[in-house]
Amino acid sequence: MAADIETVEQVQSVGADYKYGFVTDIEVELAPKGLNEDIIRFISAKKSEPEWLLAWRLKAFRHWLTMEEPNWAKVGYPPIDYQDAYYYAAPKTTDGPKSLDEVDPKLLETYEKLGIPLREQEFLAGVAVDAVFDSVSVATTYKAKLEEQGIIFCPISEAVANYPELVKKYLGSIVPYSDNFFATLNSAVFTDGSFVYIPKGVRCPMELSTYFRINQANTGQFERTLIVADEGAYVSYLEGCTAPMRDENQLHAAVVELIAHDDAEIKYSTVQNWYPGDEEGRGGIYNFVTKRGACRGRNSKIAWTQVETGSAITWKYPSCILQGDNSVGEFYSVAITNNRQQADTGTKMIHIGKNTTSRIVSKGIAAGRSDSTYRGLVRMQAGATNARNHTQCDSLLIGDQSGAHTVPYIESTNPSARVEHEATTSRISDDQLFYCRARGLTSEEAVSLIVNGFCREVLQTLPMEFAVEAQKLVGISLEGSVG
Amino acid sequence: MALLEISGLRAAVDGKEILTGLDLAIDPGEVHAIMGPNGSGKSTLSHILAGRDGYEVLSGTVRYDGADLLALSADERARAGIFLAFQYPVELPGVTGMNFLKTALNVARTSRGESEMDAMDFLKFVRARAAKLGIDDDMLRRFVNVGFSGGEKKRFEILQMAVLEPRLAILDETDSGLDIDALKVVAEGVNAMRGPDRGLLIITHYQRLLDYIVPDHVHVLANGRIAASGGKELALELEEKGYARFLEVAA
Ligand SMILES: Nc1ncnc2c1ncn2[C@@H]1O[C@H](COP(=O)(O)OP(=O)(O)O)[C@@H](O)[C@H]1O
Ligand SMILES: [Mg+2]
Repeated sequence: MAADIETVEQVQSVGADYKYGFVTDIEVELAPKGLNEDIIRFISAKKSEPEWLLAWRLKAFRHWLTMEEPNWAKVGYPPIDYQDAYYYAAPKTTDGPKSLDEVDPKLLETYEKLGIPLREQEFLAGVAVDAVFDSVSVATTYKAKLEEQGIIFCPISEAVANYPELVKKYLGSIVPYSDNFFATLNSAVFTDGSFVYIPKGVRCPMELSTYFRINQANTGQFERTLIVADEGAYVSYLEGCTAPMRDENQLHAAVVELIAHDDAEIKYSTVQNWYPGDEEGRGGIYNFVTKRGACRGRNSKIAWTQVETGSAITWKYPSCILQGDNSVGEFYSVAITNNRQQADTGTKMIHIGKNTTSRIVSKGIAAGRSDSTYRGLVRMQAGATNARNHTQCDSLLIGDQSGAHTVPYIESTNPSARVEHEATTSRISDDQLFYCRARGLTSEEAVSLIVNGFCREVLQTLPMEFAVEAQKLVGISLEGSVG
Repeated sequence: MALLEISGLRAAVDGKEILTGLDLAIDPGEVHAIMGPNGSGKSTLSHILAGRDGYEVLSGTVRYDGADLLALSADERARAGIFLAFQYPVELPGVTGMNFLKTALNVARTSRGESEMDAMDFLKFVRARAAKLGIDDDMLRRFVNVGFSGGEKKRFEILQMAVLEPRLAILDETDSGLDIDALKVVAEGVNAMRGPDRGLLIITHYQRLLDYIVPDHVHVLANGRIAASGGKELALELEEKGYARFLEVAA
């Protein structure tokens, strides 16, 4: 599959950078720092994009120049200098690790605990490697299976070249170029991401991207993902990786668009574990993500599950637009913050069609001096007759210096629609810790068990193999949070 | 060598001295009962033995298997084979009984240098023990102690003991809140654990339990120390005459 060819190329080019230095290649491979129309033209040219896409990017960029960075979320960070960043193929810094011996032992310890194979460890830690991964051959096998059923699964840039009609039809149809500051920036400069198309009546025979995890590790800072499930189609898509990923780009602004036609279902699962920074939060990733799905068709369904443990700042609200009658939107979220991390995350459920239902289950866990906010909107529009929402929002505090906040917005203009909201805040009690420790569990094992119990409802919605890793990750994320 | 040897133990909570010089020795294979009125310090003793934070040991020693028990953390003690059946078992929402047992057993096995038990073997292992206590799979799928009746909680404590196979088990008022049928089931479960290498310390307020778990030694705890010791007949005497005489003597 092309995704893997690209991976191999990327891996090789990383190796080449180290061997030859990147400076000599600058004309061919790299754009200088900063953001202007020339850079966008350069990106578009490098990708051999059609004129319409360049025009779309430029339109986004010009709009972005008129926009203000949002400041309503409960997160704080120093101002970002958007001109002091690379928007295409950032050069690898020469002081990157040359082997695992040079990698932060704490990071390696975590990989060890997650059971990540050595080669993947090297990749994740950003060590220059020139090996071809085992996963490539696995991927080839599955690629054939997918093609048999007419499923398209490829990098978005490849989709632009090979399936321009599909991309043109759907790109920006859910998250328009003018949507918000970060999504607009993404529209102007996106370089990576996936495209998925499931034809009518096809049930995708596997979890997409399980077998491509290694590719995910190398995704860039401005990902753009577009998933279309045609009538009666089903797909489960997995994004991310439980292993903490290092990235030299501090700012991440991804956009994900999902479209479900009549009777189609999309399940989108994320494990986000970008580098959270050190104990003071220094050096962590800023993750400003726009994810939105449209249940366009009747009886369609979109379910988001997210496990957010990484990043210094998380700003994301995976949402569902419930247009089709009887369509269903679900949002299951675990957000864990520790040390100095800040998460402001939640969802928007926009009920437009009749008998639409949505379910929100949010579990926020805040330890250390971190801050976790659930922010969610449920809107029942005039046509949403008999629409239903149920929201369950639970916060768990660990220690006495962390904060948890719940900010629900409810708007209803249809008297037959019903919205239910429940919220709880609790702490891990000394009794619970002692009970577990009296059974031989260390404090950390006890916290992991108790928090996993707290998150159970959400973790259960993850595909099996992801769920096991996510459970381990929950424990690891909270290490050092109890004395 | 004694399995557990407590000498001159004085301990305080929030600056208040609760144990005022307690001596007790349990040999492997023995069953000891400690009886005492409410507030005499029975749970305090059990918590101190299990390593709960918040208790200040003022003086005295506790040796387990010859080593200084007080130097170990709560989880180290559990891994060394000490088990406390709680007077008030704690709820763990979202954690199924099965998962809890598996986690605890694997911790115990790993610390004994054994490998983790595979899923099928574990299921058999637990079911066999659970059945004897009248615990079915449905109950094991429920969250630990959440919505359990008093009897279910106590039976689940005994199941944990049966699964973890400790060397020293301390049962803190395991009989409280049980009707007579449940009491018999629990007592049978405890009796099944009696063995030449294991020590049992049964803490109770009432003599009733000791009709079913017959102890080798009975001690009266009053005013923070052992006020009297004897054989199982001491329990009957207490039942008849109450604790008053020990409280007066001690006062
Ligand atoms: N956290 C605490 N702070 C102050 N006093 C306590 C605390 N815990 C227990 N006590 C006191 O210690 C004494 C012994 O309690 P406990 O060991 O629970 O007795 P028993 O189990 O024999 O009923 C009681 O007087 C009780 O009030
Ligand atoms: Mg008590």
